This record gives sequence, C-alpha cells and structure tokens, in this order.
Amino acid sequence: MLIAVLLGFIFAISILVIGKFVKGKQSWLSTLIPLSLLAYFLSFIPQISKGEIIQQTYSWIPSFNVELSFQLDGLSLLFSLMITGIGTLVFAYTSAYLKGHEFLDRFYAYLSMFMGAMLGLVLSDNLISMFVFWELTSISSFYLIGFNNSSLASRKSALTALGITGMGGLLFLGGAVLLGELAGTFQISEMIGLADEITSSSSYVLIAVLFFGAAFSKSAQFPFHFWLPGAMKAPTPVSTYLHSATMVKAGIFLLLRFTPILGNTELWHSTLIIVGGVTMLYAAIHIIFRTDLKGILAYSTISALGILVFLIGLGTQEALIACLVFIIVHALYKASLFLITGIIDHETGTRDITQLAGLKKVLMPVAIAGFLAALISGGVPPTFGFIGKDLIYEAGLNWGSYTWILVGGALLTKILLYYAGFVAGVKPFVGQLPTKFENVHLPEKRLWIPPLVLVSLGVVLGFVPHLAETALIAPGIEVLMTSTETFHLKLWHGFNTALILSVITIAVGTLLYFVLIPSHKKERFIERFEVISPKNIVLKITEGFTVFSTLWTNFFQNGFLRHYVATIIGFLSLVLGYIIFTNFDLSLDYSSFSDLTVYEVAIVLMMITAILFTVFSRSRLAAVASMGIVGFAFCLLFLFYSAPDLAMTQFSVDTLTVILFVLVLYRLPKYLKMSKNVLRIEHGVLSIIFGALMTILVLKVLQEPVNAEITDYYAQNAYLLAKGKNVVNVILVDFRGIDTLIETCVLIVAALGVFGLLKLRLKTRDKK
Amino acid sequence: MEILLAITTGILYAAGIYMILRRSMVKLILGLILLGNGVNLLIFLLGRITKGKPPIIPEETKVFEDLFADPVPQALILTAIVISFGLQSFAIILVKRAYKVLKTDDLDQLNTTDEDS
Repeated sequence: MLIAVLLGFIFAISILVIGKFVKGKQSWLSTLIPLSLLAYFLSFIPQISKGEIIQQTYSWIPSFNVELSFQLDGLSLLFSLMITGIGTLVFAYTSAYLKGHEFLDRFYAYLSMFMGAMLGLVLSDNLISMFVFWELTSISSFYLIGFNNSSLASRKSALTALGITGMGGLLFLGGAVLLGELAGTFQISEMIGLADEITSSSSYVLIAVLFFGAAFSKSAQFPFHFWLPGAMKAPTPVSTYLHSATMVKAGIFLLLRFTPILGNTELWHSTLIIVGGVTMLYAAIHIIFRTDLKGILAYSTISALGILVFLIGLGTQEALIACLVFIIVHALYKASLFLITGIIDHETGTRDITQLAGLKKVLMPVAIAGFLAALISGGVPPTFGFIGKDLIYEAGLNWGSYTWILVGGALLTKILLYYAGFVAGVKPFVGQLPTKFENVHLPEKRLWIPPLVLVSLGVVLGFVPHLAETALIAPGIEVLMTSTETFHLKLWHGFNTALILSVITIAVGTLLYFVLIPSHKKERFIERFEVISPKNIVLKITEGFTVFSTLWTNFFQNGFLRHYVATIIGFLSLVLGYIIFTNFDLSLDYSSFSDLTVYEVAIVLMMITAILFTVFSRSRLAAVASMGIVGFAFCLLFLFYSAPDLAMTQFSVDTLTVILFVLVLYRLPKYLKMSKNVLRIEHGVLSIIFGALMTILVLKVLQEPVNAEITDYYAQNAYLLAKGKNVVNVILVDFRGIDTLIETCVLIVAALGVFGLLKLRLKTRDKK
Repeated sequence: MEILLAITTGILYAAGIYMILRRSMVKLILGLILLGNGVNLLIFLLGRITKGKPPIIPEETKVFEDLFADPVPQALILTAIVISFGLQSFAIILVKRAYKVLKTDDLDQLNTTDEDS
C-alpha cells in the first residue's frame, strides 16, 4: 500500500526527467498510473466486503509515535476507488483538454502529487501522517488553482484557498495533537475503543471544535465556503477532480472517520446539523443567481457538501448510509457535469449559460451525458441518484425531533439542486442553436467518453444497487457504527412520505427550470450583498492585518541603527530592572570583598577618567589615545589579579588597535557632533540606567556562591592529563583546542576581509 | 575593591552604549571597544578576583596545593580579546572604506540599501 500511495509522488518527481515525453503526443499514457491503482484497489473488494480490515505499518519517526500506517476498510476503500476511478477519467480527459499546453507536464505532476496525497489521507491510520497528507492536498490544490499563473485572479484565488485550507490544517494539527495526547496513541484504530473516555474528558469540546474547523474549511462549509467558487479559476479537470469529487470531501472523510470516536455527543450532532443545514440552503439559494456554468456547479457542490455534513450530524445508521450513497452519487454526477462544462467551454469558448443553447445538434454524445447527469443529480428514478435522495428524506423523517424543519430544509435544497443539475446538464443543449456556434464540432473521444462512463455507472447502479451495497456501503457502515442492522438499498420503497417528497422535488424542480431563467440581472442583484458576505469580511480582516503589520514593522524596523540599539537596551533594562527591583536586597557582605589598596584605586580612577575623556572628547586623536589608556589600565588590573596571560594579550591587542586607528585616522571624517542635545540627554539617561543596572547585577552575582566544579576539573587535570602547567593555556590549546582552532579561522576570515577591503577597487562607483 | 570594579563595569557599559547610540561611525567603533571591555571585566569579576596567585601549577608539584585564580574566565576573556580584535580591525577598515565610497560617516544616512538615495 505504501507503493500505491507513493506512486503519485514518484511520478510527480519523475516528471523532471520524463517531462518532455509526458508533454508530447503520448500524454494519455500517464492515465495508466491511476488506472493501475484503480485495478489494485478494485482487487480488494472481495476481501473488504467480507468485513476484513487490512492494515500495514511502516516505521517513520518512531520516537514521536509517527508511523506510516495504512488501514484499508470499507470507508477508505470507497474513497480510494473514487480517487483512482475519477482520477483515471480526469487524467485521460486532461490529455485532450490541455493538449499541447506548454506546462502540461507540470500539470500532471501536480495532479498525481494530489492523487498520492489524497490516497495517503484516506488510507492513513496515524493522525500525524494523516495531517501531513492533508496539508499536501492543500498545497497541490494551491498549485492547481494557480495553474494559469499569469492571471492575477488565479493567483488570488489560489492564495485564498491556501489561506483557508491552511488555516484548517493548523486547526487539524492542534486537534490531532490534543487527541493523541489524550488517547495516548496516534493510531486512529486504537482510539475507537477509547471513545467514551475521550468524549467525557474535559478537552473534548476543544478537540471537537478544532476538528470542526479543519473539516469545515476543507469541505467549504459556511462561513468558510467562499474559497471554493474562487477555486473554479483552475482548469476544468482540476475543478472536476479536486473541487467537487475528492479533495473537498476530505473534510467529510475526516468527520466520518471520527464519527465512531468523537461522534456520540450533543455538541457533535447539533453543530453539524446546523452548519450543514445553513451551508446547504445558503449555497442552494446562491445557485439561482449565477450565470457562469462553473459558478452554478461550484455553489451546488457547496450545497451538496452541506447535505453530507448535515447527514453526518444526524448520525443515525440511515443517515450515514444516505451519506455514503450520496458521496458516490455526487461524485458521479458532479464530476460528469464538470467534465461536460469543460467540453462546452473548450469547444464554444464560453461558460455563460445565457448564451448557450441548442448544442445537442453538434455535441450529441455530450448532450446525452448531460441529460443523464441531470437525471442522476435530480434523483429521478431509476437512477442511483433516486436512491440517494430517498435515503436523505428518510433519514430526516426518522430522526425524531424538529423533523419538518430538517426535512423542509433538505427538500428546498434538493429542489434547487435539481434545478442546478438541469441548468448545467440540459439547458446548454436544448433550444435554438445560435449561429455563432454552428461551427462547433464534436471533440475527440478522450473528452466525451469520461462523462459518459460516469453517468452510465450512475444509471446502472440504480438498477443493481446491491452491487454498491455489498462492495462499499455495508463495509463502510461497519466502520462507522459500533452495531449495525441489516439493510438493503433498493429503488422501490413503496408508497410512503419519502416518495411523496421525491415527487414534489421533481415536480417543483422541473417547474423552476422552466420558470427561473438565469440572467445577468439576477447576478448583479446578488452582488449588492457581497459587502456583508463572509468572503468580504475575511478579506477586510486580512487587509487590516497587512496594514497593522506594516505599521508595526515600520515602527520597529525604521532603518536607524541607534533606534534598534536603544530599543534592545531599553527592553533589557526593563526586564533586568523588574527582576532586580522585585527581589530588591542590597545588603552586601563586605567581608567577602578584598581591601582597597592605593595603587588599585589609582588605576581604576585613571581608567574612569580615560573612559569619560573618550566619550566627551571633541578630538578624534584624543579619544583614540584615551581609549588606549583604558586598555593599558586593563593590562595592569589583569596583572594585579593573577592573570598574566590576559595582561600580555590585552597589551599587544590594544597597542595594535590604537596603531591601526591612528593609521587610518587621517582618512576619516571630522569628529562632528551630529545628534541633537535632547537625543543626547535621552541616550545618556538610558545608558546610565543600563550601566547602573549592570553594576547592581555584578554586585548581586558576587554575593552568590561560586560553583568551582569546572575550575577544579581543569586545575586537577591540567598536568595529569594534558601535561601542561599553565592552566589557562592548557584549557585553550588542549581541553578546548577545537574552539581555539575555529577562533583562529575567524581571525583569518577577518584578516582576509581587511585585506580585501584595502585592495578592493569599486570601479564604477569610484569613477563617479 | 570589588564594589569599585563593579562600578567601573557599569561605567564601561554606559559609555559603550552611549557611544554606540551616536551617529558617527568612528564613535560606534569606540563604543564597541568600550562595551567589549565592560563585558570582559564582568566575566572577570564573576570568577572572583584573587591577587598574586596566577593559575600556573608550581614547578615542583603536579596539582595545585595553594589557592589559585580561576582559569576558566581567564580563558574565556583571552578568547574574547582576540576575537574582538578581529572585529575591531575589520570594523575600522570597513568604516574607512565606507567613508571613502560614500563620503559620509553619518549612520542615519546609511539606512537604505538603495544606491541612489
């Protein structure tokens, strides 16, 4: 299974080498990759339908409990088949859709990277590796949305999508870490047994909210839905694959996967029902006002995702069955509608529904596919869509409380989705063919076969629903519920409320299709509400954030060195002052100090005088000379206090520095007083405060006992281990010999720098 | 004596920072040197001062038998002195060079990487 997941990534990397080949006439060959994966996963159906669960674990970062462990059960098989199945069709479709495109190789690389990541996500049994794959899908989606990278709108949409899904990813990570800590394991399969402890723990609410945030942002739930319509800037194969069939279902997958672990609470049910319900209605109503085919499909996708979240929220066995069935139904019809839209766009050059009509004359097979897709989408019997819709109504009816609100919402949504399916799948093909489209001709097979395959699958499954039931739905439910009752998917349920609702849906939906004509006027109407939409609010927040960061940065990074130094020193003084004065205790133990002697005092006074002279002198030479005096005073101090090596070093270094200074001094500018007096006083006060704090600090530290462990080690072993009697020297050249070597290197680099600066001739500038 | 030295450390810090805060590049270097001296004195004091007992093992013994000055701060300071020499010499030459090219040693005029400002 590891190979299966990695295959996508391997192909993506190998594009570097075989890119030319993939770009050429043989690009359809890359279809073999998803196709072989599809075959691989199909081969598991017999095992899975018997209720087996296949697990494989590969060690990755064992010290953090992170493993590449994969679990293939009913749920992940359902998603894997969707990913590879639709992947196969999209790969084939792309080879014709983007034929001869300059960056086709790149496109395939992103696409297969996405496929690998998505497979990894649905197969992962380890939370952390799941998170990694989750993020990889966001990243590949970013690249694919921004594929037309010369267009500003594309880049903006890609950034928005990455921002929203990336934020969700962070929430996911937070939730995953908390949950992992709580359960003591990152293996999802091991958490199921701990479900009761997890839901009753105090951090459950936080974990659930974090997971909600992750799932809602990825699956475009209100109020995070707005990145999805923007994501339609991507080429149509991408919209088909990522933004309707697979990636946006990752959030749904997450919720399903954690239903047995986190799902059995009031919080879980009510949040999902409310958010899902609001999303499905909000997006469904938006459909009426759209004229761009892809816009219609985008909003109907959001609405469908809302239905899925809503069903997971209901959480009964019926609802979960409805959810799994609707996932398949939606993938089948929505993917084909997208592919059909792609063909229309490709052949006529427009996606504006107000202009498209009568295309069945020229695009007959596509029109058939469109009509069937609309039927599946509308849930007209005997398609698989009918079964899906029926189950949704039944799940709502049997939930118990608030039945009519729930069912009413679902009914309205389904009616509008019915309308959307017909607008996208039927409307472009019927009516009078405009003269400008008369030259449109049927494209190659690779474009129109994939949607036909999908819709025929949708129709066939309607006749033989038990195929899907035994292979996918039953094993899937097995994973989601602790105890299951037997059930059967069938077309005919007898005369009941659900059937009446279905009839209403179809009748009202058909009526709407004839009454509501999409127009630009309506689109402009809805644009007026754009100001209060979540998208706008988030954009405003982002802009505000940028403005704030600019101000903040300009305040602290204003380019004046003294400003930086003053900030650092000021802050340090605050912290240091706070610590010193909160434990203020200046009782010094004078007995521990050595006595004053005349010559020491004389030297220190000399030093202080020299320092003050350096600071206040108006003459450069005098300042440099008195700085030399400071250095020589240091030599004497070192000499008094038993540090002959230091004295010698200080002496030579100080001499050299002064000589160097004097040598270049005549080339240096006049020593001007440049700052204003106020600033000088301000800086003086700051410096004095900091100096005083340092003095107090030193005195404080001198009161602390000395830890002589290291000193004793060196002193004892200097001769015994290193055969040297001068301990300072032994430390430098023996115990810490490597450090000294590196120090020498630093000096060499400095010397090379000095040499280079002296010899450097800045030709262009010098001539100026 | 330690109190006096502690005050000296404070003065060195204050003087060094005051000089770094000035606009002239020459003063900046002087400030760096003073600050470096302050740090050295601080480290030295932390090892406590011992008069007339250098950390050198006497000729006739293999280990210390008497009191001795702490060799660890001394080793640290030795390194610090040498490194700061490297820094100072580089800085001096850099200032000289910068002045030659830019005709200014005002740090406030060097706050951009753009050539034409």
